[in-house]
This record gives sequence, structure tokens and C-alpha cells, in this order.
Amino acid sequence: MVLELKKARPVWQIMFSTHHTDVGLMYLIFSILAMFIGGAMAIALRVELFAPGAQLIEDSMSFNRLFTTHGTTMIFLFLLPSASAVGNYLVPIMVRYKDMAYPKLNAIAFWMIPPAAVLVWLGMADFGWYANPPYSVISSPAPAAEMWIFGLKVLGVSSILGSINFVVTILKCKHPDLSIGKVPLLAWSFLSSSIIVLAAMPTFAAALLMLLTDRLGATGFFNPAVGGDPIAYQHLFWFTFHPEVYVLVIPAIGMMYEIIPRFSRRPIFSQGSGIFAFVMLSLVAFASWAHHMYATGMTFTEKTVFMIGTLAAVPASAMHVFNFLATMWNGRIKFATPMMWAVGGIALFFAAGAGGVVNSAMPLDFITHDSYWVVGHFHLFVFGTIAFGTIGFIYYLFPYVTGRMYNEKWGVVHFILVFVGACITFFTQHILGLYGMPRRIYDYPEIDSWIQMNALISVGAMIMLVGMGIFLANLIYSSAKGKPANLHDPFGLGGKYYYPYEQRNPHH
Amino acid sequence: MGHSNWPEWIYVAVVIALLCYVGAEAWNIENLVEHVPEDAEVIKVTGQQWFWSFEHEDGTKEVGELHLKKDHAYKFEITSKDVNHNFNIHEYVVLLDAVPGQINTVWFSPNEAGEFDIQCREYCGLIHYNMRATLIVEDV
Repeated sequence: MVLELKKARPVWQIMFSTHHTDVGLMYLIFSILAMFIGGAMAIALRVELFAPGAQLIEDSMSFNRLFTTHGTTMIFLFLLPSASAVGNYLVPIMVRYKDMAYPKLNAIAFWMIPPAAVLVWLGMADFGWYANPPYSVISSPAPAAEMWIFGLKVLGVSSILGSINFVVTILKCKHPDLSIGKVPLLAWSFLSSSIIVLAAMPTFAAALLMLLTDRLGATGFFNPAVGGDPIAYQHLFWFTFHPEVYVLVIPAIGMMYEIIPRFSRRPIFSQGSGIFAFVMLSLVAFASWAHHMYATGMTFTEKTVFMIGTLAAVPASAMHVFNFLATMWNGRIKFATPMMWAVGGIALFFAAGAGGVVNSAMPLDFITHDSYWVVGHFHLFVFGTIAFGTIGFIYYLFPYVTGRMYNEKWGVVHFILVFVGACITFFTQHILGLYGMPRRIYDYPEIDSWIQMNALISVGAMIMLVGMGIFLANLIYSSAKGKPANLHDPFGLGGKYYYPYEQRNPHH
Repeated sequence: MGHSNWPEWIYVAVVIALLCYVGAEAWNIENLVEHVPEDAEVIKVTGQQWFWSFEHEDGTKEVGELHLKKDHAYKFEITSKDVNHNFNIHEYVVLLDAVPGQINTVWFSPNEAGEFDIQCREYCGLIHYNMRATLIVEDV
């Protein structure tokens, strides 16, 4: 791997480069920046909800703008770019090609993201990250809504370009000696998620255009006042964004497939079942979108179909968990920081999946729908699983990117604080949902159980804030002054399974 | 890989069996829940930014409060005048979207007298957090 920071280069050489590791580095830095911006918004929301009444935020509109921008930032500006960062670094190396298939397209896909981010951050729309009409058509203030729509449009195109690049790199540019079944599971995860993006994203692109023309008053697709159907938007939206959940989670699972065998000092239990489960997940991703919409007045048959489609995703996810556990079984595990994040992520993935089964069962969904249960549930996925895998992988890549080691002790402290904070915050949110607190509310009545649980959730968020502060300090300090890493074996694992592919591939 | 994979297949079979059980139970219960009793009284519920209004079968209208009788079945016909809302009586697991241009129905039968919260569970703008009403169940 190219060591970006070992030999100092002027920053514009990295910025105008099309080399896959340079683009990967820009993705990485941008996504970490977005993570801290989105995290700061989350902290503001939690301070506000610590107790009933106004705490930090003066009015509900600012609160609504904040939770919308928090969600949009975390999904589109942190998780998607951070996955692209890892893919850019490792996919060409894993398929033994010199670069991505289309290097210029790759750089263009990255450079579309910052302007879109500026639109989202300056606009601060208020309609929640799914922009449901008719609210988003008739009620949401301009120009924030238009800026959000344009921003998301640009991000969607960027995502499509990036996905084309991954698919072509993996299928067309892999070394002829490397059969597709032998391609490492991390690269397989990018193949699966990129194909999902290509199939799902155009639907949302169409929905965004329709939303925009509706707002301009030119059309009435989603506006019931002129004969439109607001539920149609929800179908189009979730047809893209239920699969999008898999677009985010599949690369995170791929990252765990990289970390777990290496730190368990054993080969993956079954490459075949990993590939099978990725393909299964990519297919069933498209069978469950309307489980977000049980409460819109769907018929019994529709609900049954989408419940079955949702439950069908569980065996494939369970196969991944089995594969991880079977790989760790009897392994000589080294619990270095990346391994801790991966194992913590698997534990929370399991909890999130179990909660998902509850949501998908039709009668139970009417207890949890749009309550804090849902907030807790999807944060267990996007934070507990996807961000955990990503942060673990950032630690794992750190020596290869900077040529220096991060501080292991502070890495462990970071993990413990964030894991404990995440459990306190997100499990309590599940229970608060069962007590009936709706999501997206700026203030709540003085119900004792709600007050206590909200305070607890905010305390958990503060614990995570401390952990993430340590992370930031560790990243900055260690990349400048950390100990030089032994690049042949930075984690001291020894043996033959433990090297990234270019370093010393045992099969070469 | 050359090693036997039977534990994984047993595990997957167990997971699928559990899912089948969950799915079948859910199907059964939802079937029961959706079966509206014939004598259910119709209450028209209208959500708008940011309050709830109700209309009884006899034409009585109420705003912000809903008076019902204990052990009596009611069928809500829910709609909205502006944007999407969600009509929710959490204690009785009554929850359904109020969508403009569409009437959604759900039924329930209160079995306890007292006051219960009615709230909006779908984001609907500025005062969404305080779009509340009270359900008063009277012992008759």
C-alpha cells in the first residue's frame, strides 16, 4: 500500500491525484470530518432532550432542522464515503489491479460530495431525512428544502459513478489468475453493495425530481390537493433506501471479514457461505421496502408479503454471524483495537437483527412504529454495526496509511467508552419507545418514565462524546508523532494470514 | 475449503424454523386484530396542523378531547386535512397514519375507564411535538 504520509507531499498533489489511494485518503478524511459534524448535531439533540422544556435549542424548527441534517450527514456524508474510502484503498489491491478501472471518474465521484455537503449543511432542511410529502411539498420552508433536494441529487449521482467503478474494477480488471470465487470477501462486499446501488438509486433520483417539480408547483405527483398520492413517494423512497441499508451494512460486514480472520489467526471458516450470504442479501434487499409503511393503511395481504420479504433477510445475516463466530472459535485471538470494534459490532448487529424481527412482525410493528424504539433499532445498525466496523477498520488501516501506529491504550479506552455509551443510549431508546415516546419531537410532557429514560440516553451520548474526543486526539497525535509502524506486521500477529495483500501475500 | 459445513446448515435451519414460527404467529394475530366487530361505532378522526378533531356517529363533534364508553367497540376512520399525521393511542396500541385524501380504519374497544394520551407519531412540522389530545373513557 502507498504510504501517503510517510513522504510529505504538497496537499494539492493529493487533491488533484486520481490514484486510488489518494482518492481513498480524501474519502477517509472527508468522512471522518462529516462524522464529527454529524456527531456534534446528535449531541445538541441529546442535550435538548435531557429534560422537558427548552434546554439548549430555542425553538422546535431549529431542532427539526438539526435532526434532519444529522441523519442526512451520517448516512450520506459519513457512512457512504467511509465505505468508499476502504473500497478505494483495498479493492484494486485485492483484485490485483494497478488502480480503479476509471481513475478520473473515481476522483470526480469524490469531488461531487463536498459541494453537495455544503448544500445540505447550509440549507438545513427540516423534513426528516426521508422528506415525506405532502409536508415536504406544501409545508417545508424554502430554500432549505430545495438545497437538500439538489444536494441529495448530486450525492446520488456520485454514488452511482462510484458503484460503476467498483463493479467494473472487480469484474473486468481482476487478475486473470484470480477466479471470482477466490476474490476476498471485502471486495465481494463492494461488488454486492455497488450492484444494489445501481439497481436502487435511479428510483430515488426520479422521486427527487418529482418532489422538486411538485414544490415548484409545476406538477402534483405527491400533492393530494391536486390529486396526487403522497404514499407513492414513500414507495419510491423506500424502494431505494431499504436496499440502501444493505449498501451500508454489507461493506461493514466485509471489513469485519478482513479483521476477524487476521486477528483470530485463522482463515475464514467458509468463503463460500460468505459469498452466498452476500448474494442472498443483495437479492432480498429488494423484497422488503414497504415494511416501513405498515401504518400507512396497507392491506393485510401487502403487509404479509412484506413481512415475509423482511424475514427472508435474516438467515443470510445470521450466516455472516455464524461465519464470524466459527472463524474465532479455537482461534488464538488478539484483542487489539480493530478486533474489539469488530467483535463489538457483531454483538450489536445481532441485537439489531433481533429487534428487526420484532419490527417486521405486523402486530408488533404497531407498537414500535415511529417511536423511539425505531430510533434505537436503526442506530444499533448504523452506529452499532456499520460505524463500529468502519471505526475498527480505520484503526486497522491507520499504520498502512500513515506509516505510524495509533496509541493502542487510548484505542481500547475509546472502544470501551463508545461501546458502553452505545448500549446505554440505544437499548434505553428501545424501552422508551415501548413506553410510547414518538420520535422527532422537540419537547415531551412530564411523564416520569420518559424523563428518566431521556436523561439516561443523554448520559450515554455524553459517554460516547468523550470516547470520540479521545479518537480524534489519537488520530491527530498519532499520525504526526506516533511510533513508526512495522509495516510487515504492524499488529504483531506473526504467521501467514496477517498481511494485507500487497505486503506479503502467502500465495505469491 | 475442504472442511465440513454441517453445523452451519443446522444453524440456518433453526433460524428459518424460528422465523416461520414468528411469521405464522404474526399472521394469526394480525388476522384477529383486523377483524372489526359488527356493532363497532364509527368515529371520524381528522388530523391537521396541529390538532385532532373527532366526529361521533350521532354528529357530535369534539376537538382535542374524545369521550368514549368503556367495553364498547369503536372503529376510527382516520384522515388528514393537510400533511401526514399518525393517530396514536399508545396504551391501546391504536396506531395508523392520517393521510390526506385517504381514509384509514382501525378499531379498538377500551376495557378500562380513565384518561389516556392521544398523540401524533408522524413528523408533521413545527408543533408536531405537542400535537396531543386526551381520550376519556367513561364507565357507563
